[in-house]
Amino acid sequence: MANVPADLKYTKEHEWAKREGDRVRVGITHFAQEQLGDVVFVELPKAGHKVTSHKTFGVVESVKAVSDLYAPISGEVVEVNGALTKTPELVNRDPYGQGWMLIVKPASGGDWDQLLTAQQYEQFLAEGAH
Amino acid sequence: MDTPLKRTPLFEAHVAAGARIVPFGGWEMPVQYSGIVEEHRTVRADVGLFDVSHMGEFEVSGPQALAALQSLTTNDVAALEIGQVQYSLLCLPDGGIVDDLTLYRLDRERFMLTVNAANIDKDWTWVTEQSRALRGAVWRNVSAETALIAVQGPKAEALVGRLTKSNVTSIGYYRFASGRVAGAETIISRTGYTGEDGFELYLPAGDAPRVWRALLDNGMGDRVKPIGLGARDTLRLEMRYALYGNDIDETTNAVEAGLGWVVKTAKGPFIGRDAIEKVRVAGARRKLVGIEMADRAAARHGYPVVKDGGALGVVTSGSYGPSVDKSIALAYVETAHAAIGTELGVEIRGLARPACVVKTPFHPSRVKK
Repeated sequence: MANVPADLKYTKEHEWAKREGDRVRVGITHFAQEQLGDVVFVELPKAGHKVTSHKTFGVVESVKAVSDLYAPISGEVVEVNGALTKTPELVNRDPYGQGWMLIVKPASGGDWDQLLTAQQYEQFLAEGAH
Repeated sequence: MDTPLKRTPLFEAHVAAGARIVPFGGWEMPVQYSGIVEEHRTVRADVGLFDVSHMGEFEVSGPQALAALQSLTTNDVAALEIGQVQYSLLCLPDGGIVDDLTLYRLDRERFMLTVNAANIDKDWTWVTEQSRALRGAVWRNVSAETALIAVQGPKAEALVGRLTKSNVTSIGYYRFASGRVAGAETIISRTGYTGEDGFELYLPAGDAPRVWRALLDNGMGDRVKPIGLGARDTLRLEMRYALYGNDIDETTNAVEAGLGWVVKTAKGPFIGRDAIEKVRVAGARRKLVGIEMADRAAARHGYPVVKDGGALGVVTSGSYGPSVDKSIALAYVETAHAAIGTELGVEIRGLARPACVVKTPFHPSRVKK
């Protein structure tokens, strides 16, 4: 069964977004880390950097593959998960927790509503449209 | 052109075990079961099973089998004893590498060659055409009827030993014995592609599922696991073992690849000898070296090697190496920049990332010498 927490929003590129007050926390889904296999390197922007929804903000590498990371929303990066530099395997072990990647201060609330709900994302996975 | 992918006799066992199956060299093969890093560590610490039945096996026999092999391969086949294995190359007249292989002397006039899966058809055409004039050398392609299971890791000897009456302890490195393993008639070869002690078991394709099962069942106490091609690649990379199609191919020569040790020019004429000799005398323009990255970004096949803004080489294989816990790679670099300790860069996604030429193997070999 897909592990898709109900309280998060999702992209079709398999990122998740979680509202925390006026900030949004971002990571990749359980499905994404499972597809990648062992994550060995995560390249993230620095705090202060602007990200744009649907545009790449970084890269995640597993032993076998390189994958772009897409921003679920536009805004300014206010915090980066520095623990991933030394222990990128946190992305596999705890994708929705310690494996988080960015905290973003959204530019506007506009693109939040365009994200998939947990139900829509599960549907998307079930259709195999990945 | 779409040719259907081939399957080994163990395909169903891989699917049942939950392996992720990928196309590889014309075959549907397991790339991983539980995860590449975990499988890699299993082989270094305990024992792992690899289905490498996709690899090709040719037999050549007859009074002129030796002559045929002396002309086709670069190593000295006359030096090979019955029961011994030799690493060797098939080369083009210009020194380019047709394939790398292991050569088994089964009897005085009978040999077996193990070749790469993706090259079976090409190699078959090459060896039979190039030795056509030698009537006393009869070739047989036994790839389809032969399964190959590699049992690799510090506990491999104990595991295989429990399933056979043959004295596996007495089989030296790059030696083999014929015997029964779990009832199947097997060539028990002390060879491998991981840098660990272990065996490669050649057996009839029909027996493969039963022997695979017996190895898994009898190895439970050894924490045995099936290992996919993903970990096979990281294990061989840490040993600097060349992978055909990545590190060597028809455009590379043995000298620059660091495989001069299997080219025995003194043995007499063979295909490619003059060209390789020329490179030896003139010195290789470039060399295959081991590279260690300063950070964990992976240097992958085809990425440029750079220094002071200019390209001086190309990465041929690269990955995170689980046992060295670093991003490592093999690359051809201009000979002037090939010395151990040379600082250079690998261009990854448009950015030159610092790297250093290092000694290989990256991880110490523990094969039984």
